[in-house]
Amino acid sequence: MNTIAKPNDFSAYPDAHGRFGDYGGLYVPEILMPLVKELGEAYAAAKADEGFQAELGGFLKHYVGRPSPLYFAERLTAHFGGAKIYLKREELNHTGAHKINNCMGQILLAMRMGKTRIIAETGAGQHGVATATVCARFGLPCVVYMGAVDVERQAPNVLRMNLLGAEVRPVTSGAATLKDAMNEAMRDWATNVHDTYYLIGTAAGPHPYPAMVRDFQAVIGIEAKAQMLEAEGRLPDAVVACVGGGSNAIGIFHPFLDDESVKLFGVEAAGHGMDTDQHAAAINGGRPGVLHGNKTYLLQDRDGQILEAHSISAGLDYPGIGPEHSWLHDVGRATYLTCTDDEALEALQLCTRLEGIIPALESSHALARLDEVTRAVGKDGLVVLNLSGRGDKDLATVAAHLGRKI
Amino acid sequence: MTVSRIEARFARLKAEGRAAFVPYIMAGDPDAATALKILKGLPAAGADLIEVGFPFSDPMAEGPPIQRAALRALAAGTTLDTVLDTIRQFREGDQETPIILMGYLNIVLNRGFKAFATDAAAAGVDGLIVVDCPPEEAGPMADALDAAGVALIRLATPTTDDARLKVVTARTSGFVYYVSVAGVTGVKEADAAAVAPAVARVRAASGLPVAVGFGIRTPERAAAVARVADAVVVGSALVDEIADAIAQNRDAGAKVLETAGALAKSVRSARVSRD
Repeated sequence: MNTIAKPNDFSAYPDAHGRFGDYGGLYVPEILMPLVKELGEAYAAAKADEGFQAELGGFLKHYVGRPSPLYFAERLTAHFGGAKIYLKREELNHTGAHKINNCMGQILLAMRMGKTRIIAETGAGQHGVATATVCARFGLPCVVYMGAVDVERQAPNVLRMNLLGAEVRPVTSGAATLKDAMNEAMRDWATNVHDTYYLIGTAAGPHPYPAMVRDFQAVIGIEAKAQMLEAEGRLPDAVVACVGGGSNAIGIFHPFLDDESVKLFGVEAAGHGMDTDQHAAAINGGRPGVLHGNKTYLLQDRDGQILEAHSISAGLDYPGIGPEHSWLHDVGRATYLTCTDDEALEALQLCTRLEGIIPALESSHALARLDEVTRAVGKDGLVVLNLSGRGDKDLATVAAHLGRKI
Repeated sequence: MTVSRIEARFARLKAEGRAAFVPYIMAGDPDAATALKILKGLPAAGADLIEVGFPFSDPMAEGPPIQRAALRALAAGTTLDTVLDTIRQFREGDQETPIILMGYLNIVLNRGFKAFATDAAAAGVDGLIVVDCPPEEAGPMADALDAAGVALIRLATPTTDDARLKVVTARTSGFVYYVSVAGVTGVKEADAAAVAPAVARVRAASGLPVAVGFGIRTPERAAAVARVADAVVVGSALVDEIADAIAQNRDAGAKVLETAGALAKSVRSARVSRD
């Protein structure tokens, strides 16, 4: 292993230790070390196994509904008046977002490893719903940890998970939100070491999760690249995606990492603004530290205590970010912008009216920066935006901000 | 120099033919003054070594009692500086009882390994346990602790097989902490029968004394573990006394020391005889 990567060989990471430069790694309590190592070995074997890949491909096609279209957004393009804007339609996947790509890969791996019980964490419930969905499909018991505050805020998703047969356990420890749900899932895993598989929803956590989740999400970028070549005969000039933990972003970025002409833009949630302490922008407003098994940019106070994140979009409401993004930021391969709650709400409405597509609030953060991204590539440029999820789940939030009752 | 405080203590315990009683308290819980009072009272209550937790917002290996203790400590304004200040004040009156800091990596990383090691040694800390830093990631931290004379104490667990035990016990000093249950602190009960062979295995692999913790709440259980281990760690049961005392508006310090005294008596009277 220990390949010495060329300066532009970005896709060769992580190294044998699960590191992306100084980020990533494997920081878990000793009780979990043999488990994550076993997972790393099992995943490496599955990744190299054509049978596993073929099985996954079959489910992605017939159950998830892949490939998702790459759609030329004519009216958004006209609105911004420059580069051609294409939308990668991940919101058309089963369960309405990119999350299912990763869940399908991991559940097949869990079964291959002989695990009989699935646990997951969820913030808004999107990853919880996707996990509960694949557990229902394959008949595995599923426990989803969800902050008690989020259980209150996201009642429809709790009902969805229950209908799918999952048990939703409200987490009251800490601040009772996503990071605490992740802590509680880790505690469950440490307690049930023999039969349980922890299905992490984003490209973060101890190695191999950041690389594995990225690989399962890379289908987005692989498809987008081929679709763009077919549509335009050349690579895009920019790819843009929202970033919380960053799984949809790294999924679409990764196949383009070594294509130097393709600019990569991640958009972090600026919440009430970067001049307040109410945001979720780990790279733009945090600094490196260790949480949830990996070293990465984190929101933290001067003593190293983790701060609560804030975003109108529950899927971006996390104080950390996947370690590969931290590294791509440091080496300058990707640029991380920010977008406030208000800008995301505006962008949601803009996309809805111009394209007839109601985007998720998460994806709306990326839409809101199309001004900057289209400017960066010029009038003849080509932009791909990852429309990671649909906005139906956000109607209550949007209604509240528009002063409407539903 | 400071490592020798741990070694000296275990040498004396061996001569006395008994296991150590190691209470765990969270620095700053429920406030700095009360925690200092408890810390100062523990040696007289029978503590042979003391583990002092430094709070972290996201303690992923802890059960509810120590999670809540961390939140109480943080709410009381506890920082790494106030934790070290508490140790420093304890050291003014006690030069012999080893103090082991226990917590999570981000707090150590945030200070910087070298500064942390130097500051901890200066305050009178003898050893450090970092729950979420496995040996694979510990190199630079271990270097800094070595240079400052602070022991890096490692955890072994029921999932640690023989091959991994070699990795875990490399570069460790002072003693090895055996986590006796699969899970988090203060939830499951340790099974003394299963602990005995595990302790022997860890002792053989490391050549160091073995402390057992996680899942020891009662004097009876403490005595049972004291028969087979070199040290018995009790944390959640003591920390719970603080929570109870607060709820009942009573003196948290007195209650903790009383419970620690009963546990210490039980450990001391268990009397291991081992060659």
